[in-house]
Amino acid sequence: MKREIPLIITFVAGVAFVLQYFIPHYPFNRFENIFSDWFAIVGAFAIWLGALSLMKLCLLNISKKSHDWPISLLIIISFLSIVIAGAIDGFHGLNSVPATSFRDPGTNFDWFYQNVYTPLSSTMFAILAFFVASASYRAFRARNTAATLLLVSAFFVMIGRVPLGDYLSGWLPERMQFSQWANWLMAFPNTAGQRAVMIGIALGTVSTSLRIILGIERSHLEG
Amino acid sequence: MNKYYSWLILAALIIVVAILPKPLVISPTASVIVTILLGIALVWVLVLTIRGHLIGRRVVFLFIGASLTLPFFMNFEMPIKVSPEVKILYDALAKLPPGSKVLAAFDYDPPSAPELQPQADAFMAYAFKHDLKVIIMGLWPQGPQQANMSIDKVLQYPEIRAKNPKYGVDYVNLGFQSGNEFVIQRMGSSFRGMFPRDIYNTDYDKIPLLNGVENFSNIDFVFNLSSGYPGTVEWVQIAVDRYGVKVGAGNTAVQAPSVYPYLSSRKLTGLAGGMSGAWQFEQATQQPGKASTYVLPQTFSHTVVIAFIIIGNAALMVSYRRSKRGEA
Repeated sequence: MKREIPLIITFVAGVAFVLQYFIPHYPFNRFENIFSDWFAIVGAFAIWLGALSLMKLCLLNISKKSHDWPISLLIIISFLSIVIAGAIDGFHGLNSVPATSFRDPGTNFDWFYQNVYTPLSSTMFAILAFFVASASYRAFRARNTAATLLLVSAFFVMIGRVPLGDYLSGWLPERMQFSQWANWLMAFPNTAGQRAVMIGIALGTVSTSLRIILGIERSHLEG
Repeated sequence: MNKYYSWLILAALIIVVAILPKPLVISPTASVIVTILLGIALVWVLVLTIRGHLIGRRVVFLFIGASLTLPFFMNFEMPIKVSPEVKILYDALAKLPPGSKVLAAFDYDPPSAPELQPQADAFMAYAFKHDLKVIIMGLWPQGPQQANMSIDKVLQYPEIRAKNPKYGVDYVNLGFQSGNEFVIQRMGSSFRGMFPRDIYNTDYDKIPLLNGVENFSNIDFVFNLSSGYPGTVEWVQIAVDRYGVKVGAGNTAVQAPSVYPYLSSRKLTGLAGGMSGAWQFEQATQQPGKASTYVLPQTFSHTVVIAFIIIGNAALMVSYRRSKRGEA
């Protein structure tokens, strides 16, 4: 029964969800709201699950004094600091008149968000610029026709997306300027490629969903 | 001694930054001279590469660092041309009469803020100036916080401060809701079902702006700022496709190419993509902000990356030539 019950739930929920899309009448039209509410609730629990799982993993690392355990300690301290700051601000906000939010400018939570979280996460993302440049230098090479086409397209998009493109090609007729080349590349070859990817993903999603709903694909029940 | 070099350089940089007058902007002539020096340095790297001296990645990092930081102090007038996608977005906003209800979905976090926050600022300023009613929400937990930052900033503008937009009447922040695209789907039948209270814990029914707002049929336009999943793709697939609402978007440069199919099929009503899109959106809405400053470093960095691609290909040609000589 450990396998059959999840399979039955998957089948019933899957079929009901497909039917509600095509039959907008009672009781099928109610399913959409019910399932959407369930999904939001499950999603909210998943956030808690993720947070608790992170705590458990970090506490285990610290107790075992495993490799890089100080980083786990730092994660716990950071996590608790921002949670406590948000909770204090939240309770304070509920009792103040007019009500304030823990997200409001000037709160402790906002201080952490603006001065710790934002600079750290932005720094991590900004480092990408250096790696992209280094990777472009080492890997973006015209070794064959396809690579050369990619290289030429990248050149036009990169130069056409910044003002320098039009500055350099300003002497050309407007439709020949670099920004127009970039627009054309994005609107036609890029769109065609993206459509192909989208259609491929959609077909794959439909076939995988059908396999899961019909119980042919059962790998999600393992582990 | 070597290990102290980096600390010495850092200390020297901090002292220099502390001493320099602020805001530091060098003259156009000096800007041109710095640009020419950077160009000469790149040509020198190219010559070295052709001679067979391959450069290390630290040199690439140095050039990228210089190309990203130096332009902040430069004084250049850049030609502006608003792209068709940004023009469609602006035209859609311009067509909205005062009092129109716009749902602003903030689906991004701080790493994407350099590209999306200027768009958010320009949008909020435009909305307040033109008396659009803004309903804020987020499918990303950090989204509503980013919205608050944007509102806090634009409320400092004298023109907007004079209008004195009021929370609950002119704008409202409904906060974050988990559930990804299912939140959008549920909002198709009931906003209240997904957002029973705003971020101040005020009941949905007690917020004047939300009187009569049941679902997407009561919304005139959706402006989505997105940097991934859930984001613009989900808004188009559900809000546009199923409920027929108009959606315009601001995306990061990484995500923008993936939503182009929705532009050509007119499912998406305009797109501001990446930093250049943000800059064009700022110009179109006449709200020059941070994107107008950031676009110059982006121009320089793009140019340096292009230069290094050329240098890399020169290195490839040199290696081919050497291998041919070796065979001969």
